[in-house]
Amino acid sequence: MDKYLNIDHVSIDFPTPNGPFRALDNVNLKIDKGEFVSIIGHSGCGKSTVMNIVGGLYQATEGGVILEGREVNDPGPDRAIVFQNHSLFPWLTCYQNVELAVKSVFGGKRSKQEMKDWIEHNLSLVHMSHAMHKLPSEISGGMKQRIGIARALSMEPKVLLMDEPFGALDALTRAHLQDSLMEIQAELNNTVIMITHDVDEAVLLSDKIVMMTNGPAASIGEVMDVKLPRPRKRLELADNGDYNHYRSEVIHFLHARHARKVA
Amino acid sequence: MKDKLIYFLELTGFNWFIPLVKLGTGDSPKAQLQDLAKMVGVPLFAIVVFLLLWHMGAAKIITSLGQVPGPTQVWEQTTVLVDEHYEEREREQAFIERQEKRNAIKLEKNPDADVTIRPYTGKETFFDQILTSLATVFVGFLLASVIAIPIGIVAGLSNTLYSAINPLIQIFKPVSPLAWLPIVTMVVSALYVSDNPLFAKSFVTSAITVMLCSLWPTLINTAVGVSSIDKDLINVARVLRLNYLTTIYKVVIPASIPMIFTGLRISLGIGWMVLIAAEMLAQNPGLGKFVWDEFQNGSSESLSRIMVAVLTIGIVGFILDRITLSFQKFFSYDKNATIR
Repeated sequence: MDKYLNIDHVSIDFPTPNGPFRALDNVNLKIDKGEFVSIIGHSGCGKSTVMNIVGGLYQATEGGVILEGREVNDPGPDRAIVFQNHSLFPWLTCYQNVELAVKSVFGGKRSKQEMKDWIEHNLSLVHMSHAMHKLPSEISGGMKQRIGIARALSMEPKVLLMDEPFGALDALTRAHLQDSLMEIQAELNNTVIMITHDVDEAVLLSDKIVMMTNGPAASIGEVMDVKLPRPRKRLELADNGDYNHYRSEVIHFLHARHARKVA
Repeated sequence: MKDKLIYFLELTGFNWFIPLVKLGTGDSPKAQLQDLAKMVGVPLFAIVVFLLLWHMGAAKIITSLGQVPGPTQVWEQTTVLVDEHYEEREREQAFIERQEKRNAIKLEKNPDADVTIRPYTGKETFFDQILTSLATVFVGFLLASVIAIPIGIVAGLSNTLYSAINPLIQIFKPVSPLAWLPIVTMVVSALYVSDNPLFAKSFVTSAITVMLCSLWPTLINTAVGVSSIDKDLINVARVLRLNYLTTIYKVVIPASIPMIFTGLRISLGIGWMVLIAAEMLAQNPGLGKFVWDEFQNGSSESLSRIMVAVLTIGIVGFILDRITLSFQKFFSYDKNATIR
């Protein structure tokens, strides 16, 4: 109860023609402030559903989500979401995309100049100051995702939710963005829940890895603390024994104990 | 400057003009001439072939009103219609001058005299009729858009509402304007009663008929456009806690603008087509009435004059389509999308 974010015995049923389908069963997870948590599992196991419940986009059938002592039921900027496909408004420039978020969250509370500085600050945080007046169609996929992150950060969320944020990117771009995210995380120390299916990404970025069993009625299989010192460097970790140990733990979970029956 | 000009030409659909601009600035003349041959030469050749076939075919058919007009007779009547327009304008000018003179003399004799100023009541020229048709189609189209876009947006957002109105749309969409017209005429006669009406009844009847037929494409396209917005964009709006109206204004409308304009373009095209039929029956003094009157007139020039109207209807329709296309390109956020 006294944890920052408490996902408390959450289950969810989706209606189908053959009666309700239980996607998640009794998911229980407590997260500290400033913790970076990855949720990993095979596709279709319901990891995005967990995130959508925390984000308020879905309502849990049983149980609930408690953030700083208050139950959350609807979406809100205190739980900003970075979507897999960036989801920028294509008719707005990068600046305007962030501006829309900043204005709807801080409009009336901050002065125009303060908001402008704040937008620019967030864009520089993701190294996108140079392209802020371009349209999303004019920049690369990785850049779009950077803007998506800037937009989420600009809402000053209590929890930052990321739904496979780098899943649609090529390996090199993904590595760059992971490094950027670690830098930002070192500076802001946000509470983050990231959905991923990439084992290396999970071990590299997380304080805690939540491994989910396969659906239907998916639940949390194991939770592993990653006690690698920060700042973490990709190159140094490649030969680090602990790193490889954590990695093989996750891989064993995914591919030995909870391998998918049908590929 | 040059790039701006080219962008403008692209936007307005004068693509064939672009090679000329580039040629003017000395930008690889050979490639530009090839472009020009492709964009202007080929269509021009097709038109010449068409005119030839028309000329030869028309000469073979004799009707009770004489031979079916070929391109030369039609061109002749075009100049006649233009001349008639200027003659009519001169007559109007003369009438106004006569009236002014008469009134001036009257006032000279007695400064308190009642002078009446009567409007000129000569017959409409071909160009007046084009303008009447344009005004009618715009009023009908505007009414249709004002009704269809909001309903389309709301229906696109709510599955329940969409399934409620979908059968109605499907049933009314294929109805011909000729079927609506008698009903619209009677309803307008019953409801639009005024001693000094702002618009003629025939005008109102035609405009409403146009509206009834051009409603559907905008409605359907708007609804489909709105319902196919990326779910995540709506989710972003939900995370930002935008209220219903802000969501519509900031997210839904910009996202579905391309589809709305596609609908508007089809609507305007249909409206223009429907208008001619409506004007024939409602006797609204536009191009439809012109065709009908010429047909009833049955002189040896009638067929040529009707052919002039046919071509005019086609060209005006084409221009209207080009204008909406330019708007569509201008308002669409994806400037690279090919819109035809």
